[in-house]
Amino acid sequence: MSETVLKLNRITMQFGGLMAVNDFSMDVNRGEVVAIIGPNGAGKTTAFNVITGVYAPTNGSVDFCGETIISNRPQGKMRKLYAGDADSICDRVVRKTPDRITKLGIARTFQNIRLFKSLTVFENVLIAKHMNIKANLFSAAFMLNRHEEHRMRQETAQLLEILELADVADEVASSLPYGKQRRLEIARAIATGPELLLLDEPAAGMNPQETNDLIHLIHRLKQDFQLTVLMIEHHMNLVMEISDRIYVLDFGRLIASGTPDHIQNDKRVIDAYLGVAEDE
Amino acid sequence: MKTLDKKITYLLSAGLLAAAIMVLLYMDHNRTTYNYSLSILQRSAIYAVAAVAMNLLTGFTGLFSLGQAGFMAIGAYTVAILTIPVAQRPSVYYISGIAEPLAQATAPLWAALLLGGLFAALLGFFIGYPVLRLKSDYLAIATLGFSEIIRAFIAAPMLNRVTNGSYGLKSIPGFPSTLMVFLISGLCIFLMVLVIRSSYGRAFQAIREDEIAAESMGIGLFKHKQMAFVISCFFTGISGGMLAVFMRSIDSKTFQIGLTYDILLIVVLGGIGSITGSVLGSFLMTAGREWLRFFDNPLTIAGVQVPLFRTGFRMVIFSLILMAVVLYYRKGLMGTKEFSWNGIYAFLQRLGQKRSKTRPGKEGGNDE
Repeated sequence: MSETVLKLNRITMQFGGLMAVNDFSMDVNRGEVVAIIGPNGAGKTTAFNVITGVYAPTNGSVDFCGETIISNRPQGKMRKLYAGDADSICDRVVRKTPDRITKLGIARTFQNIRLFKSLTVFENVLIAKHMNIKANLFSAAFMLNRHEEHRMRQETAQLLEILELADVADEVASSLPYGKQRRLEIARAIATGPELLLLDEPAAGMNPQETNDLIHLIHRLKQDFQLTVLMIEHHMNLVMEISDRIYVLDFGRLIASGTPDHIQNDKRVIDAYLGVAEDE
Repeated sequence: MKTLDKKITYLLSAGLLAAAIMVLLYMDHNRTTYNYSLSILQRSAIYAVAAVAMNLLTGFTGLFSLGQAGFMAIGAYTVAILTIPVAQRPSVYYISGIAEPLAQATAPLWAALLLGGLFAALLGFFIGYPVLRLKSDYLAIATLGFSEIIRAFIAAPMLNRVTNGSYGLKSIPGFPSTLMVFLISGLCIFLMVLVIRSSYGRAFQAIREDEIAAESMGIGLFKHKQMAFVISCFFTGISGGMLAVFMRSIDSKTFQIGLTYDILLIVVLGGIGSITGSVLGSFLMTAGREWLRFFDNPLTIAGVQVPLFRTGFRMVIFSLILMAVVLYYRKGLMGTKEFSWNGIYAFLQRLGQKRSKTRPGKEGGNDE
């Protein structure tokens, strides 16, 4: 068994009375492609938001490469309201902001594309290089960091080449066709130099041809950049073809996990997706 | 579309700059005739700095702040207190005298301006802590409040011995040369352009476009917002300092909310997110108000006096023009575009194509 990159430890996320994620534990090993699937509203994106620091979980912790990046226990108002299955286990409270987590090596894309719309494709990717800038404001403004700036631009150009976006580098991001916007989001995430890439429904709205291209792209990127991939996806073909392991969420709870073959034949998963008789 | 060679655009820019300097020198030389126009141009240049500083914040970082007048006041009072000649101070502070350490404190103009900017920036740094956690309109209201607090402090009787309270400060020596205003303003705007074009400027724009995405790209939101806010405050302070030197006498009423609105108007008129737009806007607005003085004088046509032409009517016309501009150029005169020779070239080309399209036979068949 290889090294664990990401470890979710009994994560619970409760919004008021709504239990979005309940006692969810998972781990992702280096070099794996792991998928989280589940019906709409199952809490998949919430889990992503917890991992990336957008939401502080109500309870539980997240470890990345052995370091605890997020940890919380029910506090304040939540102490009374808390209805999660897991006990309050973390006594430390750690809360890194999304930018710190990105710097540690977790990059993500968004379900509803969030590009810097009025900037060019090139600038979109170049911005992701900013976080490692060594020059301070003054030397950057007076262009004393030519070398660094040049390197940033060169890396951006290379990345666009790899992702076949070089021909549209100077176009405004919002003018791109949908598939390319998705690809640009991935490019931007990779530009931050992550170890773990989180993809939130990368194939949403894509036709079969584009989905096929995406499968190849993810495979290629995984090898080129030694990435570990965690993704949320609804396209079952894509999920079954690409993932090493799958976690299935339903109403915030983990109902199954395992290899694609295992998941495909799991009764609870089929029930969750197709609906059980008494559910209707 | 064909674009111009880089060398040509540099040449054109240098030419334009040289022409502007020549015109200014000429006006400066014949000061008796052009004194009035020169003072309008000077005021425009000073407002342009404040407008570009506001644009850096509003147009490029997406933070809508209405604290300009307050930060300008900080700069203005710093400069005024440090540059009024020591000999004249007793006569300026004739009511309650001047506080001891300030009585002898002087600084050359450039140092006073710099210090004014730094004080404004420092204040911005501290105000930034509470207010930059707010978003959009809330930020505007909070900064507006702080700006009023600054003004109230300046006018407070307790500070009479520092700011001379509501009596204001006068006898501020003017600029040693007319061109200095344009030089300092140009330098300030140039520095801001450099910031915007740097990697940090790109990070600011990312925050404007999408905060959540920017944060997930590893851009620390608060740090970068703070940075933009402090830079903006610094240059707003310098602009206020220049305004003090230009007006030669200031009081707390100079820095009422109306000043902020003037700057805001310039930014909106020129285009939120366009630096050249802000510069253009400040010249148009300052000059426009003066050109319209025509409407303030009674007008008689063929023995009949036109009824509406009386003092104050120009502001009605001015407002109407503003409304028309906002209605027809919804994004301001320049939108988010910058002035560029290539833009003009493309515009001329399009004009040429239209011409040839209307003339049948020549290129008429090329319609897509």
